[in-house]
Amino acid sequence: MLGLIVPQLAMLFTGSNIISLGWVDSAIVILYFIFVLGIGFYLMKFTKTGEDFFMAGRSMTMWIAGLSFVAANLGSLELMGWAAASYQYGILATHWYWIGAVPAMLFLGLIMMPFYYISKTHSVPGYLKLRFGDGASMVSAVSFGFMTVLMSGINMYSMAIVMKVVLGWDIHFSIWVSSITVMLYVVLGGLLSAILNEVLQFMLIWLGALLIPILGMIEAGGWEKMVDRIHQNFPQGDYTHLWSTLGSFQDNPMGIHWTGIVFGLGFCISFAYWTTDFLVVQRVLTAKDLRAAKMAPIIGASFKMFVPLIVILPGLLGLAVIPGLVGETEAIATGGHSYNEVLPLMMARYLGPGLLGLGITALIAGFMSGMAGNVSAFATVWTYDIYRPIHRMFAKTDGTDAHFVKIGRWTTIIGVFVSIGTAYLVQQFASIMDYVQALFSFFVAPLFGTVILGMLWKRATKAGGYYGLLAGTVSSIGMWLWVKMDPTALKIIALSPYAKDMAENMYRALWSWSICVAVTVIVSLMTKAKPDSELDGLVRSCTVLPSEGHLPFYQRPVFFASIVFAVFLALNIIFW
Amino acid sequence: MEEKEIISIWFIIGCLLFLFGVIIFAANVLDYYVPWSGTVTVLHEYRAGIWWGAFLIVIGLVYSIAFNPWKKTKEAA
Repeated sequence: MLGLIVPQLAMLFTGSNIISLGWVDSAIVILYFIFVLGIGFYLMKFTKTGEDFFMAGRSMTMWIAGLSFVAANLGSLELMGWAAASYQYGILATHWYWIGAVPAMLFLGLIMMPFYYISKTHSVPGYLKLRFGDGASMVSAVSFGFMTVLMSGINMYSMAIVMKVVLGWDIHFSIWVSSITVMLYVVLGGLLSAILNEVLQFMLIWLGALLIPILGMIEAGGWEKMVDRIHQNFPQGDYTHLWSTLGSFQDNPMGIHWTGIVFGLGFCISFAYWTTDFLVVQRVLTAKDLRAAKMAPIIGASFKMFVPLIVILPGLLGLAVIPGLVGETEAIATGGHSYNEVLPLMMARYLGPGLLGLGITALIAGFMSGMAGNVSAFATVWTYDIYRPIHRMFAKTDGTDAHFVKIGRWTTIIGVFVSIGTAYLVQQFASIMDYVQALFSFFVAPLFGTVILGMLWKRATKAGGYYGLLAGTVSSIGMWLWVKMDPTALKIIALSPYAKDMAENMYRALWSWSICVAVTVIVSLMTKAKPDSELDGLVRSCTVLPSEGHLPFYQRPVFFASIVFAVFLALNIIFW
Repeated sequence: MEEKEIISIWFIIGCLLFLFGVIIFAANVLDYYVPWSGTVTVLHEYRAGIWWGAFLIVIGLVYSIAFNPWKKTKEAA
């Protein structure tokens, strides 16, 4: 998403802003910065041990852990990017919030979280170390650490470009002020500060963005009239149905088939991201007990399901009330507005004094929660999964808790500066953004194959886990290179020559996951498995999970998950 | 971690929303009686700034009072 929008926005920038902030709006933004920094300074005295700094003391309630789980996923362009995507693709963009998130989050809560939590691991690579040994863990830790800090830089540059286009802010100002703020509150208060700020930011994102769909629906005259206006404005396409146009690649603006959405997005990419990306899983690991850890992703799923209200609906309303937005190339040629600017245009359309500042605060809060998620997860993985084994190897001691907290703080500072460096690198070489995002996609789908087999199949072995992860990752890179060098390969990888980039990503993820699983199974069957006694707390069939029998049915996580899943099904049927 | 001494994040959120509400409400009430901002938005007549500011004040007060740390609530962070 970022790769599509940001370079084009940069090209579009001609010096005229979409929005000008008044003193009231500026006061709102400044007050926000004072509060997030104040939280960091305040929490410093509560962050003494490694458990405090890296795991927030494992004391978060299910609500705090659940909301930060969703907030950490938000990036600088979450609001702008998906509003633009919904203007371009219509309601199809909602799939990334519903089938692309909800089932995986419920699966994490009910099936996978007990093993992450009971094993008392600090991270996803930490779980892999317990289950498959150092090889798979190190591959996962190095790739995660490297890609996380690069992605953080890309997000930073994206945010700076957005602020320049929307408000006319200097790129250097945006990059340094926002990143130093995030660095300060994470260095001071560790994960505790990051998580509590994420909850604050999540509230501000909602309250800053919710007025746009409310006022938009009033102007459009309600849902039915909005749909009528979209059909009048765009009679050539169907922008308001989720599933009915997915029978063929050519029938929908995204160029995708329902199999790609269900198996590629709904199963592979979604499960890979939401269940194994440590950036989000770390938030749930901070829960105060197992029930809170299981409930947090379920609470997160219920909020995620309604994010389209503030992200997708503004794009659809844009199709109804400002129909003239075009693609970037045409916008640059004609001097008009692009659909990538639909959200700031809607802000300028509806939001008066103060409200505009609140809307801009929502955009900044989205960026900062995403960046804090990146740097705090990076600090944990670097300190515990990369630095500690190396320290142990050379120093021949385990190291003190205070030493690792110090390393965590320095890692946070270094991670932020590497991110800033990446942001400037991307400014010079915009194509880096596409490559880094492609690289990121290479690792997640195979990692899910390795983790899920590790948790559910006791026969999976150390060699199977390592070679399966390696084969899945290498095959993903191979397929990407194949299509780059020979575009006709698209009809083999994505099953159709008409498939667009998003469709290609989904099918590539599906193939690489399948290869990872196949190699893991074959190699495992040829090698010796660990005895059951060594897999207690790591594998489902070897672990006795704490019973929830003492809880009434309405307090059990599975009950809440069933309600969320029923609402998810109903929404898909309503908007079929 | 000194968990019990941490002021609840919900209280902090309540304070911030209250302050935001006061600023937005006051600026828009002032703009209604003495137009100063010069901005005319679509649906300007609905005065969204006034009622959204009031909404933020109410939400902010509810959170600030419900999670007031001096009440020694059980909800710590």
